[in-house]
Amino acid sequence: MGSLAFAILAVLLVASALTVVVHPNPVKSAMALVVALFLLAVTFVLLEAHMIAALQVIVYAGAIMVLFLFVIMLLSLERENPEAQPHPPTGLRVVAWMGGGVLAAELCWLLVRQPLPPPAQAAADYGSAQAVARSLYTDFLLPFELTSILLLVAVVGAVILAQRRRP
Amino acid sequence: MLDQYVGVLLTFALGAVIVGGMVSGSMLLGMRRRQHYAVKDEVFECGNAPSGPARGRFSVHFYLVAILFIVFDVEVVFMYPWALVFRALGVPGLIEMVIFIAVLAIGLAYAWRRGALAWY
Amino acid sequence: MPAVWLDLGIAAAKTLLVLLMVLNLSAILLWVERKGSALIQDRIGANRANILGGLLPFNLGIVNTLIADPIKMFTKEDVVPAGADKVLHFLGPFLAVFPVVVTFAAIPFGDVLVIGDRTIDLQVAGLNVGILYVLAMSSLAVYGVVLGGWASNSRWALLGAIRGSAQMISYEIAMGLALIGAIMTFGTLDLQEIARAQGAHVLGVIPAWGILYQPLGFLIFLVAGVAETKRVPFDLPEGESELISGYFTEYSGSKQAAFMLSDFAEIVVVSGLATTLFFGGWQVPFLGREGWNLPGGVTLAMPHLAVVALQLVSFTVKVFALCCLQILVRWSLPRYRYDQLMDLGWKRLLPLALVNVLVTGLVIVLAS
Repeated sequence: MGSLAFAILAVLLVASALTVVVHPNPVKSAMALVVALFLLAVTFVLLEAHMIAALQVIVYAGAIMVLFLFVIMLLSLERENPEAQPHPPTGLRVVAWMGGGVLAAELCWLLVRQPLPPPAQAAADYGSAQAVARSLYTDFLLPFELTSILLLVAVVGAVILAQRRRP
Repeated sequence: MLDQYVGVLLTFALGAVIVGGMVSGSMLLGMRRRQHYAVKDEVFECGNAPSGPARGRFSVHFYLVAILFIVFDVEVVFMYPWALVFRALGVPGLIEMVIFIAVLAIGLAYAWRRGALAWY
Repeated sequence: MPAVWLDLGIAAAKTLLVLLMVLNLSAILLWVERKGSALIQDRIGANRANILGGLLPFNLGIVNTLIADPIKMFTKEDVVPAGADKVLHFLGPFLAVFPVVVTFAAIPFGDVLVIGDRTIDLQVAGLNVGILYVLAMSSLAVYGVVLGGWASNSRWALLGAIRGSAQMISYEIAMGLALIGAIMTFGTLDLQEIARAQGAHVLGVIPAWGILYQPLGFLIFLVAGVAETKRVPFDLPEGESELISGYFTEYSGSKQAAFMLSDFAEIVVVSGLATTLFFGGWQVPFLGREGWNLPGGVTLAMPHLAVVALQLVSFTVKVFALCCLQILVRWSLPRYRYDQLMDLGWKRLLPLALVNVLVTGLVIVLAS
């Protein structure tokens, strides 16, 4: 039952990821990425990482992709004239698809020949919000405080990038 | 643990069916004699002719709002697990979070002073 | 019948019940808004609908709103403006309504229902990250606005959409921060646990509802919630006298009905969440699972179904009262200007919510 759910999920995820890369319309590409990130959150749920799944939707699919859409719309990256857009040469496309196919085949071959070792036995409340919280604020305190510095740098950088040129 | 999500899955499926049916309702039930004359297909601008495609550029301020939203959303996301185990952490936990909020308050104050939060 | 199918059937029944309740409550709120606004503005409101072409000698405004309007909306022609993308034109209203409607899966509407030897938890999905699920779905509702404006191929619709989404994301932070105080007070993200924890009584008499512990949090949450739903006084993206209909100008028929439904469904969701976190959810003061436990030690046993019915009624009444409060606010206040709106979100609610979190933390640490 779990494998069937994972198989369906994997097919949908790969399909939406391919749509992101292949579709000519940037807005539809971005929406396909939203779907892909949402399906990724569902994968986390299947792995019993409930907290990370919810946070994935809140931060990635709910905040970062909104930024992507804003940028696409602000820069009006859509076509004025779809025929006038330069197409990559056909040879390059063939090489790109072949490269991706070769990589996928290699990964499948590796995993079939040498399956990953079974994971260690997890605690009973693994993945729940309390478990994540407990380990984050005791074992990983320093990275947590450093994250605040990182976010401060992001704020300062964004403000400087977008500031009005005061005459 | 995963049987909590059966309800979510059912809600998604049922919700998609109901909402999809509702949104496509007038596509299916509405008038079919679709006459496409030029004026009907124009966008509505209070009677003026359409002033051009909707592909103009917008103020970069919206981009700034989106970036600030991401940063503060990540901050709030860090505060959710902290709020859960807060009672177990005691005073050291409070001090850790005060440091975190203080650093981000500096960021907010900087954005405020620089006029990033002003809209005129 | 194997147990799995029975479980699935019960879950499906609960899901159907909750979804239909949200949709019906939204429809009823539409009528309440029309009549309520008429009352506030000292006029009569919609009261004309001929039944069977004048065959019956009375008119009923409620027939107008709840039956004639939906039929009209569904049978109108679906006009897609030239140059608009058909897929995105469909996806806009879908993504505006769908995340809002599925949010209710995590909100409990009763305690437990015991039938025979089965104990059914009256909540569609007992997630242990319930609050995060609700916030995640609310953050997906931004896409409906953004796509709605973009797919219209109209400059003014896009302006309304960008403004609207900037407003929604600004107030999402304040909303999340206001909930942090409530999470600290109750120590769990599971909404059913939070509702159950509010069954205690302070000093034996006052019900320990969330608003007693987090009054500022409730205020911030309510203001941020009303701003999220883009209702007056925060309805500049819709801008009824400025941008015609803002981001949903180019939608007709049932797609426009979907956007309006999303407006009322969001009111219901904000009220439902506020009820569960700050007003005790389905709790009736002094009512336990077995019956009444009045102060002074008096106990009155009540049949289980009566207790469940009382809890359901209590939940509905509280949600409805908060919805009416939001409708009242809409018709009493003028509209905020856009820079005032963003000021409120970033410069006032955000620092206030941070102060609320710190004060709550201090109080909890000092009290223990």
